[in-house]
Amino acid sequence: MKIMRIARPRLILLCMMSVLILPVGLVSAAKVKEFDRSGQLIVTEKSAADLQVQPAYDIKNRPKEKIFAVPRPPFSEGAFPCSQCHKYMKPNGTRRTLTEYHTEIVLHHAEGQRWCTDCHNLLNRDKLRLVSGELVDFEESYRLCGQCHGDKFRDWKVGVHGKRTGYWNGDKQYLLCVHCHNPHDPKFKALKPLPPPDRPGKAGH
Amino acid sequence: MSDIKKCDGYVLHKSRRRMLKGLAAGIGLIALPGRDASALVWEEFFQKHFRELSKDELKGVIARLEKDYSKQYGKQVTVKTTPPIEGVRYGYGLDLSRCIGCRRCVYACVKENNQSRTPQIQWIRVLQLNKEKGIDLSEAEHYYNPATVPEKGHFYMPVQCQQCEKPPCTKVCPVQATWKENDGIVVVDYNWCIGCRYCMAACPYGARHFNWAKPSVPSNEINPNTHYLGNRPRPKGVVEKCTFCIQRTREQPGRYPACEEICPVGARKFGNLLDPESEIRYLIENKRVFIFKEELNTQPKFYYFYAT
Ligand code: HEC
Ligand code: HEC
Ligand code: HEC
Ligand code: HEC
Repeated sequence: MKIMRIARPRLILLCMMSVLILPVGLVSAAKVKEFDRSGQLIVTEKSAADLQVQPAYDIKNRPKEKIFAVPRPPFSEGAFPCSQCHKYMKPNGTRRTLTEYHTEIVLHHAEGQRWCTDCHNLLNRDKLRLVSGELVDFEESYRLCGQCHGDKFRDWKVGVHGKRTGYWNGDKQYLLCVHCHNPHDPKFKALKPLPPPDRPGKAGH
Repeated sequence: MSDIKKCDGYVLHKSRRRMLKGLAAGIGLIALPGRDASALVWEEFFQKHFRELSKDELKGVIARLEKDYSKQYGKQVTVKTTPPIEGVRYGYGLDLSRCIGCRRCVYACVKENNQSRTPQIQWIRVLQLNKEKGIDLSEAEHYYNPATVPEKGHFYMPVQCQQCEKPPCTKVCPVQATWKENDGIVVVDYNWCIGCRYCMAACPYGARHFNWAKPSVPSNEINPNTHYLGNRPRPKGVVEKCTFCIQRTREQPGRYPACEEICPVGARKFGNLLDPESEIRYLIENKRVFIFKEELNTQPKFYYFYAT
């Protein structure tokens, strides 16, 4: 290994030298293979690298995607099911400052026009509630957000707002809106950046 | 580049091996591996261009590399040679209205692609730019390091290989050690690269990086899932660059690139440009898109866009 690495620079020299020395005849018997002007390889005779086969990507037969597969909603520990407490409690739909529990939740999301029960169902706390009255699971909270943020919802569905993970040509998972936005205070939070690169001058640049 | 010059390169490429053999036999060369060098070294020294290997030769090369790497890193390292998928041209989208410059992508890329830790090689460089000045590279700050990002009045622009449709870098390689594959990924054969660094000079995006020293990746951090033309361990003295995570994306099903997967704001998009329903096509057709240094006519397949 080592010897070979040392040999490399000399190799360049060699190459240059030998182009001058070499009789042209030696060279002309090459296979039909060319690089076009953009550097793309054009091969008329298939090389081993090409002979390995992969099924083609078929637009009409695109692998089926599960519809909006999502990871587990980002509940904090012990928060779900909500009914573990709420089924023993009398629902209280009046706007007030919560003092006994959930005190860490401070609405900062168009809060002037809104209260908890515009989103959470008063009677079955394990469900969210759409304006239409329809109840949806927390796995589908994007439908709740989508009611007011239609443009974002549209982009999210095609993978342009938010994020999909998994396979670009297969099953994907969608992050829920609430994985990135706290529904009660949705502004995206600032992050600590990872370290900057080494300054040039150090080897490696 | 003139046709004559191109022809020169071609001749050189064709003849490297043959002439070396001839020279070795005839003149008895100082630069060739010494008598005590192992068969392995000889084999690698005389390996053909990747695209000229026969099936058996390819198998042999891969077996040799896998053995070598596995020994070096103390775990099973696989080296794939998965070819392009027909009907696929990869495209990448980056949402400048979302990116906050947190550099998660930089380090995810380093890890996935076995980039040298010391000396440091990073395929992704994040530029901090001034909102008022726009994309003015003379104002770009690479070393920003505040307590939190984004910083007021700034936006962020990660730059990596733009996988140009007309890559200036491949044209200048005197030995064709770098070329564009049919799925659009520009690759480097590290066994063929002679380290002349012409490609680095030719790349307008600073996306190519040279291994001045032997790259170092701790054994416990090595990603053993590698591709011959991508993230396999590199020797000293060769050039490397982003390959859209060829070892992931060329599979069926193929995972998203590591940088896409890590991005906490979802600014990174990836897909098949030939598929009208891919997210990359959607954003090209529906969002404000620009390509970097368009005036150079390199035709990147890396699309910066503004979702809002
Ligand atoms: C804009 C709609 C909306 C409003 C208004 C709202 N919530 Fe929520 N809330 C949600 C959504 C959506 C979730 C689900 C988050 C998840 O999936 O983890 C949630 C989650 C919660 C949770 C679980 C949090 C955790 O830590 O796991 C609690 C408790 C809660 N809400 C209480 C309240 C209370 C109390 C109010 C009123 C002060 C309120 N919410 C107002 C949408 C809303
Ligand atoms: C550990 C018990 C507990 C759990 C679990 C719990 N809550 Fe509560 N919740 C309470 C208590 C106690 C109150 C009354 C707080 C007050 O009045 O100050 C309350 C009040 C609320 C209210 C205000 C309306 C009302 O009926 O008083 C909402 C909305 C609410 N909870 C939503 C949720 C949601 C959504 C979940 C599940 C994600 C959840 N809670 C889980 C204990 C709980
Ligand atoms: C009933 C309508 C309504 C629903 C439902 C709703 N929002 Fe909003 N949202 C608003 C309004 C109005 C604003 C702008 C006012 C504000 O910023 O407080 C807003 C602002 C936002 C913002 C921008 C915040 C900022 O300061 O940059 C985000 C992000 C957001 N919402 C996310 C969500 C998510 C996630 C959900 C679902 C859990 C959701 N919204 C559900 C009405 C809604
Ligand atoms: C991968 C994380 C992520 C997911 C998932 C996500 N968003 Fe966002 N969203 C962001 C970021 C980052 C911003 C811009 C940050 C900011 O300016 O506060 C943003 C901004 C917004 C805004 C503010 C308007 C704007 O364009 O800046 C709204 C509203 C919003 N998102 C709604 C949603 C809704 C609704 C969903 C789900 C359908 C969703 N988001 C899913 C990351 C995400």
